Amino acid sequence: MIRYAMKQGWTPKATAWRFSWDALCLFNITHPGRPPCGGVDKRVDGLIKTIQLIVERDPALVEVVVRSLQISGLALLFSTLVGIPLGAWLGLKRFPGRWLAMALIYTGMGFPPVVIGLFVYLLLSRSGPLGMLNWLFTPNAMVLAQTIICFPLIAGFTMAAVLGVDPHLRQQLQALGASEWQATRAILSEARVGVVVSVVAGFGSIISEVGAVMLVGGNIEGKTRVLTTAIVLETRKGNFDLALALGLVLLGLSFVANLAMLRLQGELVLRR
Amino acid sequence: MDAEAVYRLENVTKAYSGRTVLAIDRLDIMAGELLAVVGPSGAGKSTLLRLLNFLEPPSSGYIRYRGVIADGRLPELEVRREITTVFQRPLLLNRSVAANVAYGLQLRGQRGVERKVAASLELVGLSQLARSRAAQLSGGEAQRVALARALIIEPRVLLLDEPTANLDPYNVNLIEQVIKRVNRERATTIVLVTHNVFQARRLADRVVFMLNGRVIEVSDVGTFFGSPRDARTAAFVRGDMVY
Repeated sequence: MIRYAMKQGWTPKATAWRFSWDALCLFNITHPGRPPCGGVDKRVDGLIKTIQLIVERDPALVEVVVRSLQISGLALLFSTLVGIPLGAWLGLKRFPGRWLAMALIYTGMGFPPVVIGLFVYLLLSRSGPLGMLNWLFTPNAMVLAQTIICFPLIAGFTMAAVLGVDPHLRQQLQALGASEWQATRAILSEARVGVVVSVVAGFGSIISEVGAVMLVGGNIEGKTRVLTTAIVLETRKGNFDLALALGLVLLGLSFVANLAMLRLQGELVLRR
Repeated sequence: MDAEAVYRLENVTKAYSGRTVLAIDRLDIMAGELLAVVGPSGAGKSTLLRLLNFLEPPSSGYIRYRGVIADGRLPELEVRREITTVFQRPLLLNRSVAANVAYGLQLRGQRGVERKVAASLELVGLSQLARSRAAQLSGGEAQRVALARALIIEPRVLLLDEPTANLDPYNVNLIEQVIKRVNRERATTIVLVTHNVFQARRLADRVVFMLNGRVIEVSDVGTFFGSPRDARTAAFVRGDMVY
């Protein structure tokens, strides 16, 4: 900007005036009612429409949001039920092959979701080993895929949190009279903040995932369409208002989840 | 004397990965006494405490505690709950100071322990920190909380593993006063592992000198520091390098 002004030979005062005027023009303040420069009106209109869709609870939007929450919520529940005990067990117990199990969990944490979608697709396709379930292109398939994506994350973070607790704590607690189970409970309690982080990270990963759910769910309207797949579709159709609204809701959900995590972390740390 | 022995250790050994770190032919610990265990690093002092607290079983030999014999296996939880240890590094739970102190009583199913917690914290001079977070304490304060946490359960035997190592003189003095008081007023049997021979002299009734996992000498405090029987004990008391 400054280089351009220097090329034109403008004084600093003239430069300041020029760019201030451009800014006012951009926001259509100088000539209200006339088409402004740069197509800003269109963008502002789009934003207003987006906000309208959210505020007025557009039925299409609400349906997709509810379905997303149902599918991801169920997947999160199953992942938590499997992931937390598995992570805690790997963090607490010493057994042959533990390192291999830990390596597998860490690999699962970084596994590309779309590849998991492909595996689930092959598993549930008519000729696949679980084809008789007829789950392909149903919410069940999406829950299964999301659970497989999510549980290694929860197990891995839980394991890391448990491993982060001082290894001498168990002996200290047993010296105070704790049984094996009481000591284990106290160690898990010490790792509680990490466990909460694992659940929120798991939720974040599946609510925003698109590849796997697109593959196994098929993005069928009124049946398997969720926030992420709907954004892809609406963008392709040129419905940027709805795509943006869906995107904002997704961002909002992610923000609320993280906010809840922070609150919970604070309460857990301060809990007696 | 035998009737008063809380512990009797006979032919006790402890080995890790085939390496013997403790080998005690015989050692009696009397009821109500304050026994100091001194010796250089690697002498087996902390291992001895772990065996006395029944956190680990001996590899061979037996430990008799008030009629209960522990050889290859550990005694029941109820027996183990009569004994507790304060370790050199106070590991406190990520809770308030009061919750940490109450922990041992909660393990035993006791409720409504506020008064006991307050009394225990008062004993170590930390009443004002009851509601503080344990993570915010200084090293000396944390060790005093660890001591209060151990004392609240009124153990029959209190094992102290270098409880004042790395602490400033104020905290050392405070902890020593509490140890003496508990030993005198509650008749708690105390086994104190320490590197500090002066501390052993100040506090102990009897002193055990250990070297390379073996008991070299056990004497009353006067004999130990006045006329030790073993040349290695004499050298250790003089401050010579013994290893």
